[in-house]
Amino acid sequence: MSDSVQARAGREGKKNDLVVLLTEKDAGGIEISVKSSAGQMFGSQIEKTARETLENLGFENCRLAIDDMGAFDYVIMARIEAAARRLRKIGGPGCLPDRKVDYGPPRKERLRRTRLYMPGNNPDLMINGGLFGADSVILDLEDSVSPGEKDAARILVRNTLLTIDYFDCERIVRINPLSTEYGAMDLEMVVPYGVDTILVPKCESAEDVMAVEKIVAGLEKKHSLGYEVLIMPLIETAKGILNAYGIGGASGRVVALCFGAEDFTADIGAERTKKGTESFTARSLLVLGAKAAGVQVIDTVFSDVQDEEGLIASTREAMALGFEGKGVIHPAQIAPIHSVFSPAPERIEYAKKVVSAIEKARARGSGVATIGSKMIDAPIETRARKILRLAEELGLLADDDGEAGGKTGRVS
Amino acid sequence: MVPNSLGRMIPEEIDGRKLRPFMGAHAGHGGGRKASPPIRAVPDYADKLRGSLDEAIDACGIRDGMTVSFHHHLRNGDHVVNMVVDKLAERGLKDLTLVPSALFPVHEPLIRHIENGVISHIEGSMNGPVGKACSLGKMSKACILRSHGGRYRAIQDGDIHIDAAFIAAPAADSFGNCNGHSGPSACGVIGYALADSLYAEQTVVITDNLQPFPVYPWVIRGGNVDHVCTVDRLGDPEQIISGTTRITRSPTRQLIAEYAAKFVRDTGMLEEPDFSFQAGAGGISLAFLKYLGDMMRETGVVARFARGGSNKYLVDMLEEGLIEYILDGQCFDLVGVRSLGEHPRHIETDPFTSYCYHTKGNFAPMVKLGILGATEIDTGFNVNVNTHSDGCLLHGIGGFTDVTDSQVTMIAAPLLRGRLPVITDSVTTVTAPGEVIDVLVTERGVAVNPAREDILARLEGSDLPVRTIGELREIAVGLSGVPERPEYEDRVVALIEWRDGTVIDTVRQLKVLE
Repeated sequence: MSDSVQARAGREGKKNDLVVLLTEKDAGGIEISVKSSAGQMFGSQIEKTARETLENLGFENCRLAIDDMGAFDYVIMARIEAAARRLRKIGGPGCLPDRKVDYGPPRKERLRRTRLYMPGNNPDLMINGGLFGADSVILDLEDSVSPGEKDAARILVRNTLLTIDYFDCERIVRINPLSTEYGAMDLEMVVPYGVDTILVPKCESAEDVMAVEKIVAGLEKKHSLGYEVLIMPLIETAKGILNAYGIGGASGRVVALCFGAEDFTADIGAERTKKGTESFTARSLLVLGAKAAGVQVIDTVFSDVQDEEGLIASTREAMALGFEGKGVIHPAQIAPIHSVFSPAPERIEYAKKVVSAIEKARARGSGVATIGSKMIDAPIETRARKILRLAEELGLLADDDGEAGGKTGRVS
Repeated sequence: MVPNSLGRMIPEEIDGRKLRPFMGAHAGHGGGRKASPPIRAVPDYADKLRGSLDEAIDACGIRDGMTVSFHHHLRNGDHVVNMVVDKLAERGLKDLTLVPSALFPVHEPLIRHIENGVISHIEGSMNGPVGKACSLGKMSKACILRSHGGRYRAIQDGDIHIDAAFIAAPAADSFGNCNGHSGPSACGVIGYALADSLYAEQTVVITDNLQPFPVYPWVIRGGNVDHVCTVDRLGDPEQIISGTTRITRSPTRQLIAEYAAKFVRDTGMLEEPDFSFQAGAGGISLAFLKYLGDMMRETGVVARFARGGSNKYLVDMLEEGLIEYILDGQCFDLVGVRSLGEHPRHIETDPFTSYCYHTKGNFAPMVKLGILGATEIDTGFNVNVNTHSDGCLLHGIGGFTDVTDSQVTMIAAPLLRGRLPVITDSVTTVTAPGEVIDVLVTERGVAVNPAREDILARLEGSDLPVRTIGELREIAVGLSGVPERPEYEDRVVALIEWRDGTVIDTVRQLKVLE
């Protein structure tokens, strides 16, 4: 075997990342050289982690050169495994870091006002992704990862799921479409290791959902997960919009339908505008489809991170249409979106009045409740109770004698 | 070697100088007499204008082993330090002590003069490459790091005897009156040069903007100046105003700033009369100002004063009426420079009034909230701003230890920088003792010094993630692992001096591996 059998992995010069260069040898054991920005403080730990990873992956004779920019162990392991898999076929699950987090089974019912997208191949962004108060985080294997890095990203995302604490956030992974060579491998790599929800891009039909469900269910069984991983279809084509109701009802695992404006506008041949006229009908149809199927519906991202006013306007519009959340591409967008989706104090007060009027009426044995001269019918009660549930979940209900606290994560 | 009150071992004597070990942040009470400059007379000062910098230097009569001083208001754009030291080297001088109020990367050429023995050591402050040279043992004597207030004290008390002070002056007259408000090298405040002008044997004002008498305000008074000379340029205007004054775009640092602002809100500080603060000009601090400004607008609170470093964000608050006074120690950008010249309540200060410990009081304890950064903080809240965790000396103290006299001193820093945790079991070097540090704010939680029960009580019911510093340490180390310690030689290459002149820690020469 010649020295030319080698593989590289990792992103050069990026914070919390490293580049590894792995070379097969015929003999001489494992040789490791480490260059690191944290060299003096972590050099020997890096070497130890690297050696254990290589042994674990079945390497006996090789040379490994590490150029490190402050990566944590699970990232070092992921990059070495990526290089190893580029060199040869690795059987078994790979080299898994110890599981440091355990959240219990995925929760279907939960707030999904904000879903923070993070590129799945960038460790520095994913480390702190759980700190910003988003309802969900999305570790992305699709559009933010180039074709040549798909393999490395899915290993990194797996290790991230096992290591990084996302606290109360729903952990979503956006896989590649099953129609690509990556989709099924993505599922295999993330389903067993703590993902709550699979975000399925370019979803166009109930069959697309069922295909994902079939693989997911198989993996759950194989790994004896004991719970069901959820599915969140991302609708980004005209066909998907027209099939929304069927997609929403395709599986009991579906929790929400999401809209993707960028691909949608490309699909229909329109320009994407800030105002969003070109997708107005599609978004309305998506809301109808999702609601008819009994699942949540979530709007697209607002892509101008600097424009907070525009973000708020866009979120208000989404809420008016019936959406329950938006995608988020920067943590600074979270607080403004939450503030829009948090019920205003007047609405909470009114909802309280509604419920109390109804309860009083029922106690009297009367079927009819009124506030002033206005009759309260069933939909008004439903909406009021929904607002109070949301307010309670957000900690916005005042105690008997105390002040209402906020949970919007914002200085106000 | 004797242990100081923090248990750090301090030599009894170094380079023939007796050392006093640190015994507590407020243990010292003065005593003795101040140093006195020589008496001069009017007949000798008919004409102070020298034909060139060379003539001015020659007029100072500098000899081997003497001490020369500089201020750092021109920051990384400064040409004066290199220019003067080059000329001193040309004269064959050796063993000089350099007393700059700070050095910047632009001063890297000094290393040659250190290696050639022109400079024996530095007292005051070191940053970047010169700090590294010190750590590697390139100075023949031990350096001394002092805060801005500590530098004033040392000059005033006679610990430093300046033979020649070189004062870069963006606007000066031929009598020696000068300020930094105007001219091609305008840098705003030049207050750090005050002590030098009062106590030096010889004071040289160097300008690239000589104006007819009088130049006013006379921040440095001509009556304290021996020589005036002109040069083509004091520095590079682009670099004089550093590029640090931009709000951070890092979501993690923005989160730290947001927690810092929530801390102010939830402790009720804004509701007390006469709120005041000092926040500096780092990325986190500027983001903090943005959040603070929003809160002040909402609550209608106006701060009585803010301590500079002034910058655009602070000046905007002054002009909007959110702050009544800026008491400024240095200007970080051109907006700060302009405001200092124009706004009647933007006041120029110097370390005598703001920071010096051996005076009849100063501003520092009047500040309600001081926000500072740190390289390391340990579970006893001791802070290191001088050395990197690999043991290498990289930063001066600046105003750090002086600001710790604020009523609440906050460290705002990322819990992890790359893989490196900011919290250690024991800091590599102590710059400030835990007793003066009240709260640590990181992206993963806020830790209050347990001695500040009053703050903890005020935070009850706050939705801030309040944790113990030990818990934060566990979180950090859980991700990073425990870093190894640097290895040192025995030789002490620098002393870290507390504000009162006692020694709080030493820095030892780094062992060069391989």
